[in-house]
Amino acid sequence: MLSIRNLHASVEDKAILKGLDLEVKAGEVHAIMGPNGSGKSTLGNVLAGREDYEVTEGEVLLDGKDLLELSPEDRAREGVFLAFQYPVEIPGVSNINFLKTALNEIRAYKGLPPLEAREFLNRVKEKQKLVEFDAKLANRSLNEGFSGGEKKRNEIFQLAMLEPKLGILDETDSGLDIDALRIVANGVNQLRTENNAFVVITHYQRLLEYIVPDFVHVLYNGRIVRSGTKELALELEEKGYDWIKETVDA
Amino acid sequence: MLDEVAADTMITQTSDSLYTQLIKTAGERLSSGTTGSLDEIRKQALERFKAAGFPTVKNEDWKYTNIQPLVNQPYALEAEPISGGAAWEKARIPDLDAYRVVMVNGQYSSELSSDEEIPGLQIMPIEQAFERLCFAKYFTAYADKTDNPFVALNTASFTSGLFIEVGKNTQLQKPIHIIHVAASANPFFSQTRNLYVMGAFAEAEIIESFVTDDAAERSLSNHVTEIMVRENAKLQHYYLQVAGEQSNYLNHTEIHQEKHSLYNNYNCSFPGAAFVRNNINVRLGDSEVESHLYGIALTAGSQLVDNHTIVDHMKPNCESYEWYKNITQDTSTAVFNGKIFVRLDAQKTNAFQQNNNMLIGEKSAVYTKPQLEIFADDVKCSHGCTIGQFDNEALFYLRARGISEAQARILLIHAFAFDVTSRFANDTVRQYVEHLAEEGLQ
Ligand SMILES: Nc1ncnc2c1ncn2[C@@H]1O[C@H](COP(=O)(O)OP(=O)(O)OP(=O)(O)O)[C@@H](O)[C@H]1O
Ligand SMILES: [Mg+2]
Repeated sequence: MLSIRNLHASVEDKAILKGLDLEVKAGEVHAIMGPNGSGKSTLGNVLAGREDYEVTEGEVLLDGKDLLELSPEDRAREGVFLAFQYPVEIPGVSNINFLKTALNEIRAYKGLPPLEAREFLNRVKEKQKLVEFDAKLANRSLNEGFSGGEKKRNEIFQLAMLEPKLGILDETDSGLDIDALRIVANGVNQLRTENNAFVVITHYQRLLEYIVPDFVHVLYNGRIVRSGTKELALELEEKGYDWIKETVDA
Repeated sequence: MLDEVAADTMITQTSDSLYTQLIKTAGERLSSGTTGSLDEIRKQALERFKAAGFPTVKNEDWKYTNIQPLVNQPYALEAEPISGGAAWEKARIPDLDAYRVVMVNGQYSSELSSDEEIPGLQIMPIEQAFERLCFAKYFTAYADKTDNPFVALNTASFTSGLFIEVGKNTQLQKPIHIIHVAASANPFFSQTRNLYVMGAFAEAEIIESFVTDDAAERSLSNHVTEIMVRENAKLQHYYLQVAGEQSNYLNHTEIHQEKHSLYNNYNCSFPGAAFVRNNINVRLGDSEVESHLYGIALTAGSQLVDNHTIVDHMKPNCESYEWYKNITQDTSTAVFNGKIFVRLDAQKTNAFQQNNNMLIGEKSAVYTKPQLEIFADDVKCSHGCTIGQFDNEALFYLRARGISEAQARILLIHAFAFDVTSRFANDTVRQYVEHLAEEGLQ
């Protein structure tokens, strides 16, 4: 589904991604771990199309389509969804209105008519239940005054509403209490199908007990320097990153 | 003596043609006695205007708004009508059911207006109202106490306008939609004068739109409106500036409120008219008065929109609430100047003012100045002002969810304007204004 080859990206002439390769197949969950500042969020942002990042080399294909050619909105319409590490507050834009606009623009892109008001509301109710997202929050301004955990949960609520092909979760678990973590993870598990895939960026092995990954990768200094199965996450939890850094830097 | 000579020469040098033309015409008309009962008032006003002349940027009130290039151009003082124009239709507000009043080049058009008999409502060309009691009582009673030279000029030499009286206890079923059409085939300097009187316990909604005929030449209109809101009366008043680029406006609105009255002004400007200066002065002349001033200016091109407001708390226990939002695109300029006076007598005043600006055009400009002068000691006053740009983080967030850039911008502009648009008493007008905001974005 997602194929990243030799991806190089920089911000303000500072190289951050330095030849990153990643293959994600439909139905898979990939976890990406790595020290602070190694480039994990940069990867998510580059995939979502943030313009501050300049791709200097490499390619990214989503089901054979060149993702880097597309505007952020077209990437989303093709099925890329980035759950932000730091979701933005937008006062004056209602959560529900925003979701309706997004959903209908994605549908229009696929040649589908807008959802009927009733269908839309049913879907909202269903997905709210799935991630146990408070109806009161759904009706407020987008993320305005939400707690850190509520913002993260709203990201997953949006993901559930938009049903993307590829969900990239950037530290969605940070800031969640244990119950919320379980709820969010459950939600993601129920959204998993044969046809979609998830890239889960996290610092904690704990999340991966709930969302069990098929692969775990370590991103360090702009590259994936080690890949393995979920046991790799346990090993990292125990030993930290130094042993990996040493072998890479050597 | 020396000063006077100096001032005089400066005026003649800088804006000779229009200035001398105006003085001459007004003088001739006065000596021929054509305006009858108003002669004395007009004569005095002409003297005041002569003493002041056209303001320059040295005048604090006109610092960012240079009218010299405008008044230095030649104009005719009589319009050359464009035949068959249906420009008033540009002011149509979808789904609005209203009494329609169309003013073409400042002249009341009975043909284009709905012109129906409505109990308790008097609408007529202002020159037909000169003999009415309430005209004598309120005409020039307040506006001419200000030092705006354009008011003096207007008093001295206005040629047409509108008189509206909503009778005591009358609650109008429909809004009055006044459409000002600039439609002169020659460059035209127009001077219109309006007087609206809201009788005690009367309730009404007045919506004023400004439009331009596509075939119109450039014009400068000096528009003065005096509004009297009597005891317990309520007036909702909308300005919708959607005129064409060739039209330029100097609008002065002077409102005087009596006890327990409510006046709400919603002042909206959109891309088009090259130059718009609004002076909106609200005098809270008795206790228990409430006034709200809301404004949105969405500017584009090299447009200038300047809103100067005065909220004058004269008596105790009144409340005023003012919120203006400016969104500037391209190389346009928006000016906001909000004066609040709380006089010695005005204890227990509650006054709020907020001005937020979003600069979209890198070369656009905003000048904003709150001015609070508080002489009473037991008052609650707050004011604030922000200047910002388009929030790129928010824009990216919306786009990352599949929303097009254009639509995302619209959502963000609606969000920015929400504090103001959500206060509109008339939902149909609110929707129309939101639509104009979408259209006005580039
Ligand atoms: N917009 C930007 N401008 C300047 N520097 C940036 C920008 N975005 C990222 N960087 C830099 O790029 C590097 C990688 O940042 P990134 O956010 O991708 O790290 P991360 O792996 O997500 O870290 P964390 O675990 O702390 O979230 C950091 O050194 C960061 O300071
Ligand atoms: Mg990060």
